Amino acid sequence: MVSTQQHNIQLNEQGRLRHFLTIEGLKRDLLTRILDTAESFAALPGRPVRKVPTLRGRIITNLFFENSTRTRTTFELAAKRLSADVLNFNVSTSATSKGETLLDTLRNIEAMHSEMFVVRHNQSGAAHFIARHAAPGVSVINAGDGRHAHPTQAMLDMFTIRKHKGDFTPLRVAIVGDVLHSRVARSQILALNTLGVTEVRVVGPRTLIPTDARALGVHVHHDIESGLRDVDVVIMLRLQKERMAGALLPSEEEYFRLYGLTNERLAVARPDAIVMHPGPMNRGVEMDSEVADGPRSVILQQVSYGIAVRMAVMSMCMQTHADSGESA
Amino acid sequence: MNISIVNGHLIDPANGIDEPLDLHIQGQQIVAVGPAPDGFVADETIDATDRIVCPGLVDIAAALREPGAAAKGTLASETRAAARGGITTVVCTPDTDPAIDTPAVVELIHRTARKLRRARILTAGALTQGLAGQQLSNAAALKGAGCVALSNTRRPLANTLVERRALEYAATFGMTVILCPEDRHLRAGGCAHEGAVATRLGLPGIPSAAETVAVARDLALAEHTGARIHFHALSCAGSARMLREAQAAKLAVSADVAAHQLHLTEMDVEDFDANCHLIPPLRTLADRDALRQAVADGTIAAICSDHQPHEPDAKEAPFPETEPGISGLKTLLALTLRLVDEGVLPLSEAIARVTCGPSNLLDLPYGRLSIGAAADICIFDPRSHWTLKAREMASEGHNTPFDGWEFSGAVTHTLFNGRLVYQQDPS
Repeated sequence: MVSTQQHNIQLNEQGRLRHFLTIEGLKRDLLTRILDTAESFAALPGRPVRKVPTLRGRIITNLFFENSTRTRTTFELAAKRLSADVLNFNVSTSATSKGETLLDTLRNIEAMHSEMFVVRHNQSGAAHFIARHAAPGVSVINAGDGRHAHPTQAMLDMFTIRKHKGDFTPLRVAIVGDVLHSRVARSQILALNTLGVTEVRVVGPRTLIPTDARALGVHVHHDIESGLRDVDVVIMLRLQKERMAGALLPSEEEYFRLYGLTNERLAVARPDAIVMHPGPMNRGVEMDSEVADGPRSVILQQVSYGIAVRMAVMSMCMQTHADSGESA
Repeated sequence: MNISIVNGHLIDPANGIDEPLDLHIQGQQIVAVGPAPDGFVADETIDATDRIVCPGLVDIAAALREPGAAAKGTLASETRAAARGGITTVVCTPDTDPAIDTPAVVELIHRTARKLRRARILTAGALTQGLAGQQLSNAAALKGAGCVALSNTRRPLANTLVERRALEYAATFGMTVILCPEDRHLRAGGCAHEGAVATRLGLPGIPSAAETVAVARDLALAEHTGARIHFHALSCAGSARMLREAQAAKLAVSADVAAHQLHLTEMDVEDFDANCHLIPPLRTLADRDALRQAVADGTIAAICSDHQPHEPDAKEAPFPETEPGISGLKTLLALTLRLVDEGVLPLSEAIARVTCGPSNLLDLPYGRLSIGAAADICIFDPRSHWTLKAREMASEGHNTPFDGWEFSGAVTHTLFNGRLVYQQDPS
């Protein structure tokens, strides 16, 4: 019963998107609708995303408790392309280690008639917490919470995959690296399985693969060669330097030797396999520059699609509120 | 005052009684079970028709928050909650502020509780000064002041040498040491059981090994020192197994489990429900069942509330940042009776786990309806159904994951030292 509640908090009674907190509990047709909407906003080759008046006069607040210039900028650009006004709040987590402060922050910004919060926080569940406490007419979009979820990143990755592969169903996808600490990986796995791919694999040493990973709906490989065999998509995850200090890995060198992506390793994948990375990339740690800059890499496209996907999610959430007559 | 409790069904596991019998109280003591003594005239008669009359509950571990954290609870509020829960004896954990590491703090708590007269508040003294895990506390003085055990709560001891010395020193005075087994390095800042649910929610996990490694270490030290140790709030199957083996090898070791660990599992964390943020964390169904088995076969002789009341703000934050714990006095009996409904153990055994079970572990004379014993009585109606309303709980802490649950077995009367301290509103 409890889990139903969780799944429903981001949907209204008609099953439409009120908040975008996690991929979990969203159906395939809804994910497809997000991708189709993003398609309508997507840039023509060589031209910027066009500006539309969809959210004119609306206020969107970027509420970032964790630094991320890149993600914040793409959300800001997406909001501006939708003609919304944007407020940016960078709140240091040390100042808001108490929940009352977090709620106080929320109330204060709501008082400025902001109708949408784009939230990034270093604690899992933070976006759910804010969504539960937000006023009825306010949408919350999760821009990354702890290790839990980063659903817009996952959707822009799905958008990238669809652009290159068309149909999801025959695909085999390998996600390589620090799955344990990755909110991106969790959201990608959910999205890929919901969209009906043939197989999702996670590849890494035992220290970086979470307990009971199979419960996520993946096959676990500790050997990169078996992990990459015949896959259509390779997603490399970022490796944080702290993992060495935390006794999770001995050294970047050994990690690269065992799990770094090189052209030789990529040879066991399908000949038309694409290589992705949610960024920012550590060249020579997760992958060779030769691969990153090579013909199979779609890393830069991922970044440009990010704006269209975020425009899609923002406009869909706002539309749900507008249709139901709620306002902040 | 003389009180007779008549027409009830008496269950007193310590004396092997499980039959319809009357009970008579004179002053603070039980004076007869069965017919009234010659010449006994009751000033008051409680009709317990269709009710169970059992010893007042003994809760071996509850944080009562006074002194130091009035927003979370006071002796006044928490003893009121105890009385409503049928609990007449509570062992207060030493994590007050200041900690219970001097006779003065012990005396402060005992004196306040004596004035309130709602429940017997016993104290576990701090194992180390300020619970800092470095320097031994004045155990003999704490014992002299009335502490019934020593504990460092969940605060870590500096190292295994401090633990060894602390056990040896406590054993010098025959004091039981209550340990919360946890390897803090393996806990590694986690906030939920390291398993499928934490993996999916991205919550930093606490592996079962964080507990079992500590249990193994503590058992080895108990064997080495000959100290009497008691594990508080076991959470996993491996701990229960090791405990059973240690008891078979005649080691002086016992354990309790928090009532909620016998009902909830990691699945209840699903919604990022901060009321399910517990330390030790809710674990798997297999762990829950192994704990139930250990309670049923007596390996775990006590069920406790592990009461940890909090002010609302403590739970109003993203899950990992909330303070762990449940306000559990209200639900100790109800959750224990639920085990009977679910066929885990018979009613008299279940009552033993919250009365004479914990009492015997600390060599206390409570939790029994013996002639001459303190007249601590709990009367409940096993057939009445009630719904928990967190907001209406007497505890200052309304933090419970059981809000809205329907339970059977409402407490109708609680007597402490021969005095009626709670009576259910007849309406």
